[in-house]
Amino acid sequence: MVDVAVLLSVGRHPVSGRARRAPTDARALELALSLPPGRRTALHAGSPDSPALRDYLGMGLAELTVLPMAEGRDPTDALVARLRAAAPAIVLTGNRAEGGEDSGTLPYSLAHALGWAIVPDVVALTLNEDGSAELVQALARGQRRALRVAVPFVATIHPAAPAPRPSAFGPARRGRITVEPVDAPVDTALAACAVRPWRDRPKRLTVGAPGGGSGGALDRLRAATEAKAGQGRLLVGPTPDEAARAIYDCLQEQGMLPR
Amino acid sequence: MVAAALSTVTLTVLLVGLGLALVQARRWRAGRAAKVGVWAGLAALPGRYLVDVHDVVGRTPFNARFHALTAGGFLAALALSVALVVPSLRHPLLWGGLALALTVMLAGGLMVGYRRRVLRPAELSGGRFSRLPVALTGFSAAFLLVALDQSAGGILPVWFALGLVAVGGWGLAELVFGVWNGPLKHAVHGALHLAFHPRPDRFHDGAGRDTGLRPLDLAQADAPLGAGQAVDFAWNRLLGFDACVQCGRCESACPAYAAGLPLNPKKLVQDLVLSLDDGSDDRAYAGHGHPGRPIGAAVTGPTRPLVGADALIHPDTLWACTTCRACVQECPMMIEHVDAVVDLRRFQTLERGATPVKAAGVLEELRATDTPSGRALDRRLDWAVDLRLPVLAAGESCDTLLWLGDGAFDLRNQRSLRALVLLLRRAGVEFAVLGAAELDCGDVARRLGDEATFQDLARRNIQTLEARRFRRIVTADPHAFHCLRNEYPALGGRWTVQHHSAVLLDLLTSGALAVTRPLAGPVAYHDPCYLGRYNGEIDAPRAVLDAIGAQRREMERSGLRSRCCGGGGGAPLTDVVGERRIPDMRMDDARATGAPTLAVGCPTCTLMLEGVVEPRPQVAELAELVLTATEPTP
Repeated sequence: MVDVAVLLSVGRHPVSGRARRAPTDARALELALSLPPGRRTALHAGSPDSPALRDYLGMGLAELTVLPMAEGRDPTDALVARLRAAAPAIVLTGNRAEGGEDSGTLPYSLAHALGWAIVPDVVALTLNEDGSAELVQALARGQRRALRVAVPFVATIHPAAPAPRPSAFGPARRGRITVEPVDAPVDTALAACAVRPWRDRPKRLTVGAPGGGSGGALDRLRAATEAKAGQGRLLVGPTPDEAARAIYDCLQEQGMLPR
Repeated sequence: MVAAALSTVTLTVLLVGLGLALVQARRWRAGRAAKVGVWAGLAALPGRYLVDVHDVVGRTPFNARFHALTAGGFLAALALSVALVVPSLRHPLLWGGLALALTVMLAGGLMVGYRRRVLRPAELSGGRFSRLPVALTGFSAAFLLVALDQSAGGILPVWFALGLVAVGGWGLAELVFGVWNGPLKHAVHGALHLAFHPRPDRFHDGAGRDTGLRPLDLAQADAPLGAGQAVDFAWNRLLGFDACVQCGRCESACPAYAAGLPLNPKKLVQDLVLSLDDGSDDRAYAGHGHPGRPIGAAVTGPTRPLVGADALIHPDTLWACTTCRACVQECPMMIEHVDAVVDLRRFQTLERGATPVKAAGVLEELRATDTPSGRALDRRLDWAVDLRLPVLAAGESCDTLLWLGDGAFDLRNQRSLRALVLLLRRAGVEFAVLGAAELDCGDVARRLGDEATFQDLARRNIQTLEARRFRRIVTADPHAFHCLRNEYPALGGRWTVQHHSAVLLDLLTSGALAVTRPLAGPVAYHDPCYLGRYNGEIDAPRAVLDAIGAQRREMERSGLRSRCCGGGGGAPLTDVVGERRIPDMRMDDARATGAPTLAVGCPTCTLMLEGVVEPRPQVAELAELVLTATEPTP
């Protein structure tokens, strides 16, 4: 019987911007639900009305506790107080949220304030009889590291952890959301930031080797992987004729127009 | 003496049979409540038997004949045998009439025996069904001898006549108790099912076709959503399953069964019937099982989970269905297999979150982005940037609203959509599209059991469409066509919806499109399930092909009995493995015609059939063929 607390945030779909389960938080909940039975505390700091909270309940969670706070508040102190009161053996959460500062430092602040160990980027977790846990940690380039950690600890879950189970409508509807009012100070660091949507910059395609070379597989691989600097021309405020000439030359150079 | 014995035996067997039937009825009456027009249904019963059931049974004329002879003779013989209770009626004429009825029945019984013993179609079930011809011929022959003897004044010794009555009585008991739990279940249960059918509109006395799924009441919080156990089905649906005569026509028509996927619609219906018995298993079932699945491994029970790795129905069986309705089209007992599959899926998806992984991912994308592929709505028109499609904003009006569907996100189907747009322009049709306001129609979500997502999408689509004025909706996607035409009305959206094949036919016959380069070569046409069986439209696409000069060739299994491409019902997402792929089998049908071109009218069919490895006929969408044939000459 090991008590586990899961911290769940509201994610944001990259295409539609709609609220959803945060992918790594959902994996943390999946991990918690697949552990042997014990007390499960699910916590969310934010608006209790977000539809994404129902998505977590739809995974089979009976109750979700919300510490209500407005956008731009710092949830750290409220979460620390709530976790101290609940005194779980393990705190699980995603290694990065999709909102707020997106810095991924909240679990570190919590572990620091609680005085517990933190294990980042966990992909698997099994419990031992003696109250310790066997963890598998994801490292760069697909490497894994096995760890044995004594409870209590905070673990952040890596995107390579097992995919979360689908959320079902029936349990989502039946699950309870309990609101426990808290005081949360304004997040001064976040207030000082300007927020704008992130946009993917399209990569320039290079067909064949630069300069219209033989275009073998090796050339194409080089062209696709090597970073090139100082190529191309920068025209500032050109006349339409100059601009057209530059585009024409460029297309010719790339072999897309006959010379 | 003999007459009294005969009538007493008959009456006793009938009364015991009635008692057993009432006991049996408790099984299906355990289901959920259903709104049924009892008197209207009973009044419509004879007509439905003679028209709708005969229409299906008569596809094999031999079967229709032996049914008419056996059932007609049997009913007449029963009535006359009961009439013999009255001593004053024991007249040689009545005995003569009884002899005639029994002769008719004996002829039918011999035909049944010929079919079961000599023809022996592989899809028929054995078990108690094997004794059916013996019981039929035994009863009719024994009573026939008695009736002939009595009409001639009683030549046989009385002990011998009584012996014959006993033999006939055994045959009768076998038949009548078969109504309780045997082959003749289909006689009484079939009749009741016809009267209390969950889709009365499908019969000739209704609309003639009723294929749209019924909306699930998502507000009800006390009962589970969908069917997780047998008693979660409405009582008249359970009655329908119980009417199954195990003739196996569904089994021969099912594309999943033919491909060796673990689904046999006949066994699926029997699974639902058997699950009404508590603590039994499916060993009494004597037909083909679900391919690759064992028989006798699971325990049955009306309140046990129906679907699960250890349950009667394996999840792979449930998710192998393409919802093509071939089984429903063939079923002489008018059982609605697809409704059952969708109800079972609703429970799995809405209550258990047990949708197969890839399908669950698609549903999640659909909920987050309103497209199954997870793409941005405002990119739906990317492929048509050079066509400058007019976008209909809220409050505006146009003649034709072109519903693009999810094909607009797919490179292959963008080609056929482009052809359709060019044809509409060529014919001078004033049309517009919804652009980013068009959401997925919800077809795939609904077939996967995600009724919540379907209703959400449908409501928002209806809101969008209600804010605009147009004469008709035209779409190249039969799945969207079916949803908009047959399933949105239950949620409040009613418009004229047309498949592009009907529109192209209008344009070709009215002369708005002139055929300049007739196709000349042979072309095979594949009927999409959601256009043909779901909407009855099998003529317009053929007429279009004829109009552009194609030498049309019919594939084996075409028209309303067409075989699915394997792409319906979310089957490409659930991706259950079989021995073969369904589109490969369908392409074999196309190859057999020898036509170099296979014409299709559905984006899903296009993808499934074009995914078959070459060499194979080229797959061409109707609009693409019409575009080539009507190219203006310079």
